[in-house]
Amino acid sequence: MAVISDVPDGPLHSARPRVQRSLAGTAIVWLRANLFATIPSTIITLLLLLVLGKGFWGLVQWGWLNSVWSVPDPNNTAACRAVRGLGACWAVIPEKLRFILFGTYPFQEQWRPAAAVLIFIALFVVSTRRWAWRKELALVWAGALALIGLLMWGGIPGLVFVSQDRWGGLPVTLILATFGLAFGFPLGILVALGRRSKLPAIHSLCVLYVELIRGVPLISLLFMASVMFPLFMPDGVNIDKLLRAQIAFILFAGAYLAEVVRGGLQAVPKGQHDAADALGLSYWKKQGLIILPQAIRHVIPPLVNTFIAFFKDTSLVLIIGIFDLLTTAKTAIIDPAWQSFSVEVYIFVALIYFAFCFAMSRYSRSLEAQDSGR
Amino acid sequence: MRISLTDRQLSGLIWQILVVAIVIAVIAWLWSNTVHNLSVRRISTGFAFLGREAGMPIADSWLPYSPQDTYLRAFIVGITNTLRVAVIGIVLATVLGTLVGIARLSANWLLARLAAVYVEMLRDIPLLLQLLFWYVLMQGLPAARQAWKPVEGVFLSNRGLILPSIPLETANLWVLLVAAIGLVASYFVRRRLTALHMRDGKPRRSLPYTLLLVVAVPALVSLALGASWSITFPELRGFNFVGGLTLAPEYFALLIALVTYTSAFIAEIVRSGIQAVPKGQWDAAKALGLRRSFALQHIVLPQALRVIIPPMTSQYLNLTKNSSLAVAVGYQDIVSIANTALNQTGQAIEAIALIMLVFLTISLGISLFMNWYNARIALVER
Repeated sequence: MAVISDVPDGPLHSARPRVQRSLAGTAIVWLRANLFATIPSTIITLLLLLVLGKGFWGLVQWGWLNSVWSVPDPNNTAACRAVRGLGACWAVIPEKLRFILFGTYPFQEQWRPAAAVLIFIALFVVSTRRWAWRKELALVWAGALALIGLLMWGGIPGLVFVSQDRWGGLPVTLILATFGLAFGFPLGILVALGRRSKLPAIHSLCVLYVELIRGVPLISLLFMASVMFPLFMPDGVNIDKLLRAQIAFILFAGAYLAEVVRGGLQAVPKGQHDAADALGLSYWKKQGLIILPQAIRHVIPPLVNTFIAFFKDTSLVLIIGIFDLLTTAKTAIIDPAWQSFSVEVYIFVALIYFAFCFAMSRYSRSLEAQDSGR
Repeated sequence: MRISLTDRQLSGLIWQILVVAIVIAVIAWLWSNTVHNLSVRRISTGFAFLGREAGMPIADSWLPYSPQDTYLRAFIVGITNTLRVAVIGIVLATVLGTLVGIARLSANWLLARLAAVYVEMLRDIPLLLQLLFWYVLMQGLPAARQAWKPVEGVFLSNRGLILPSIPLETANLWVLLVAAIGLVASYFVRRRLTALHMRDGKPRRSLPYTLLLVVAVPALVSLALGASWSITFPELRGFNFVGGLTLAPEYFALLIALVTYTSAFIAEIVRSGIQAVPKGQWDAAKALGLRRSFALQHIVLPQALRVIIPPMTSQYLNLTKNSSLAVAVGYQDIVSIANTALNQTGQAIEAIALIMLVFLTISLGISLFMNWYNARIALVER
């Protein structure tokens, strides 16, 4: 039934008059139309079923039938080793879960990063609602980010201070992505405006910035942040590694978001500029009140796609040794007892990334559908 | 009115001077800090280190290289390694992505759904994670002695993928060069013939010329030089393979990760490109009695290409930039080699400047080529 309702306006429904048919009859008609319409199509279907069946069966065997879900104690992985290559060792996930999610954050205090993650998710969910798109949202963001900082650092009575080098896992991934966007987005807007400016010096500076950042791989920016940044600073100033990476991410996000925003600016009709000028608005009022709100509305779906790409790109900090979700996952399996079960851990972490990205891409698609429906 | 205009110009000027002054001040400040820090840490500056002995081993190289060679040579090896993975990756990702994109539009429900799942799954997982995953799988493969043999002469083991190959001697290279020149020449011949066809309306066949230039002439050269084209099959001797072409596990994992990841994006571009072609074009082709595959190839795809090329360019650029993730699995591309040089010499600025220079050059090259191609398609079409 679910399969049938998945095709709201397939060839079957549009081409034929509606006749009352039994469920089995409908199913057969649907199968013939969609899987066995022509001889090549039938061959493809059968081949795919064969390959899928085999692959699926292999996966079921590996991931379910032959898998091990728990071990007697953390250092005794004999049960897992016995099925190596034949079955998955899911026991590694509960064993290393806390480390993968929160890294080396003090064990007793791990409710704090957990709360921070929940605040992040709540913040994202609220920001996706149309009724929330107003000026107060910026305040909500500032408040939520401050609260997250307070939770993670602590240092007030009741919350022990935890320095950034003990942070790790999912909160670090979310911090890098969210702060990168929160600061990169305004930067991107400014740069996009600058790139469209008629003032030659500002225009060329913005072009240089965007093209330079977009022309090189993110890794080289991260290397720059981790090895060159300390050289830039005067004696005695020592900026934390996480903050340096965060700055690199903000600069990176700024350049990519600037290009998206620029696309939106180009889509705003010239008449809007003229009208704003005729009203005697100053440059900033014109942009802030008339042009930008329209421009950004145009580009919300590509903006969300940029957010997705950006979220995935935070995993690159693994290369400069910052403990984000991917790094904690990779570190969790250094433990000799669990060394050979990295595939399971990677699958688990992939699911977390997938959940976030898939939610965002679904959201972007629903926005596009709403916009085209108007 | 005049006053307000000059006001605007004046404020524009002031803004510009302000911004430029701030940028210059910041750069000058950073520069003076850097110069000071470098002198304190006794790190030399300049590119003189390029001439010194690198002393770094490079496992996987197509150019002859030994650790006694200079840094410059190591960098060149790194650049060829980057290009090797990027160029082959772009070709394979385009082929795979186009197939998946077309599959997504298939009338066969199962195939279309499967392609959609493929795209969604690969797009929503970080590339670095996929790369590590493939690399771990690669390391989990059986040892050389128990290598998998999917086809005769092809071995898959934890040493990587080993394929049969044709050893390229000087003579072979000459033949290939002649064939390449022939290919370019036949392109111009075809263009000339089409121009003649347009002028007098008489169709002319270009195939004989192409065959002559691309096949017959190189074959003659091959005979004259006595080039040998025998295929050597890899053989297991002791614990390793002898002969054949070896794709190291690092390279192979990187290539698979880049190709599958990028193909998911390319599939979406191809799909939306095909969907951008009005349905009437399909109907018109059908009314003419053309088969669906013929219509796709000769009517829809050429039109879709115009929509496809610009976003495709940025995917090619992304693939090239993403190839720098090589450093995570120990494939020695330019980033990895520059990073090693950086750690050995401490000359961070020079090393990173070299990385940036290489990637900016490659990006520019790809952009120029794709822009040229884009312009050419637009011209042919209308």
